[in-house]
Amino acid sequence: MKNQSELKSVEPTVIPNQTKQASVPFFKRKKLKDAGLFTLFVGPVLLAFAIIVLIPFFTGVYYAFTDWNGITGDIKWVGLDNFKYLFTEDKQFQASFLLTTKYTVVSILLTNLIGFGLALLVTQMLKTRNILRTIFFMPNMVGGLLLGFIWQFIFVKGFASLGQLTGIPFFELAWLGDQNTAFWGIVIVSVWQGAGYIMIIYIAALQNVPQELIEAAKIDGANRWQILRHITMPLVAPAVTICLFLTTASSFKIFDANLSLTGGGPFKSTEMLALNIYTEAFVNNRYGIGEAKALIFFIVVAAITVLQVTISKKREVES
Amino acid sequence: MGNKYTGKTFIGEIFAILLGLVFLIPFYYLISNSLKPFAEILSNTSALPKVFMLDNYVNAFEKLDYLKVFTNSLIITVLSNIVLVVFCSMAAYMLVRTKKKISNIIFMTFVAAMIIPFQSIMIPLIKTAGNLGMLNSIWGLVIMYLGFGSGMTIFLYHGFIKGIPVELEEAAIIDGCSRFGVFWRIVFPLLKPITVTIVILNSLWIWNDYLLPSLVLQDPELRTIPLATFFFFGQYTKQWDLALAALVLGIIPLLIFFFSMQKHIIKGITSGSIK
Repeated sequence: MKNQSELKSVEPTVIPNQTKQASVPFFKRKKLKDAGLFTLFVGPVLLAFAIIVLIPFFTGVYYAFTDWNGITGDIKWVGLDNFKYLFTEDKQFQASFLLTTKYTVVSILLTNLIGFGLALLVTQMLKTRNILRTIFFMPNMVGGLLLGFIWQFIFVKGFASLGQLTGIPFFELAWLGDQNTAFWGIVIVSVWQGAGYIMIIYIAALQNVPQELIEAAKIDGANRWQILRHITMPLVAPAVTICLFLTTASSFKIFDANLSLTGGGPFKSTEMLALNIYTEAFVNNRYGIGEAKALIFFIVVAAITVLQVTISKKREVES
Repeated sequence: MGNKYTGKTFIGEIFAILLGLVFLIPFYYLISNSLKPFAEILSNTSALPKVFMLDNYVNAFEKLDYLKVFTNSLIITVLSNIVLVVFCSMAAYMLVRTKKKISNIIFMTFVAAMIIPFQSIMIPLIKTAGNLGMLNSIWGLVIMYLGFGSGMTIFLYHGFIKGIPVELEEAAIIDGCSRFGVFWRIVFPLLKPITVTIVILNSLWIWNDYLLPSLVLQDPELRTIPLATFFFFGQYTKQWDLALAALVLGIIPLLIFFFSMQKHIIKGITSGSIK
């Protein structure tokens, strides 16, 4: 608000000058004024962005090649030692990396299949379709941390009780107490949360499929599966690309639900990459190694995103 | 995609309703058990509560210091939204209207930085923030949200402003309006639809965020809802009666927000994701 008053006070003095002086200083003055305005409009957010994102990111890249422990002032350049350590000695990091990859693949497939299925279901002429959309989408509103805690109760108490009542072995598994089922526990929570989100995007895509095409195919004697396979699927393909990459990036970066549901346990067997980096830096205080992990993490995420942008741009050109 | 309600549609409807119930099961367990005494939670987890009692809520409300953590969450979300909308809309406007190389470079930097995952920034950020006195301060956290949210917010504003004809502004400038005035009186009101989308997406993110506030706000007085829930869980492990009531208290504001803004939220997500 201070800026506004400054501007107003400057203007009256500028205008008489412009009329009196020759054209060269006028342009110079205008240029200066434009630069000032540009700084006024773009400057504040650019400054915050530089301090909060850019500078820490680049210093982080530098720290990845040092032995920084965050406390002592002397930071030694160690070259590629951190990376060598990660790839040869740090078994926990390697396990986390593999686990995160496996989780990402499973979670993308299930979230998209279920999300697409839900979208198909609620775009039918169901009487309850609006309320069902709301129900399927609702878990998405709650953040991963709270959802993880809610599901901790379901797995520990709810499933045990259902197992007693029904005798179905599925509910009588150890769930969070065993590394395999704990992994699937995280998958269940993330699919339950993410499917509704993906459904919304698929609904938008399905509603853009022209009804005439489907009617025409029906008249030609196509069955439901053929219509889905040869008409609907190709027409929603761009949405599939969007959803696949949205889920890839978010699955790879999972942290909150991992922390609150299993905390990486039992015995660090479900510790995904983001949690592994967090522990390395803020629990073990090995900032240099933590940064090396973060840099690898960044490269993978960036590669996925660049691939996504390239593919969707290519699609846009083709269509 | 039939237009008539046939037998097949009916079967689909039954199936869909069953699926909807499966989706609701966690909420059922959460809410019904939050109303039971501890012993009943253990003995009768799946049943409805015998008597509805609110003792757990009264207890959790006090122990969480709910009013304070709710206020903290609200202040942080509102301030961050204001700062993001004000500074990012201004920046995006100037970047669209200044046809120079520098505008393009700055815009591309904002967009490109959206790829950087939080984990690749957090370690040096917390160190820098400590040196700048931004830790344990709500304003420090708000500035961080401005930094982290700027990429997507500027991106969405930029795309929207490109579609607004420049003629209106030119007329206003001829009438003697300053650039600042032109932006706030003429352009900003036109941005309302995208501002709604941006505020919704940013609010959900900031309200639910755990990791950044957990690193920045160490003072218990400043805890937000996710932070307070996390510490509450650590403190009352296995005291499900208190923990479940606390969780319900934690998700209530979100559900109210969802049910009052449902249309906008769904529109926001569709338009936010496709771009």
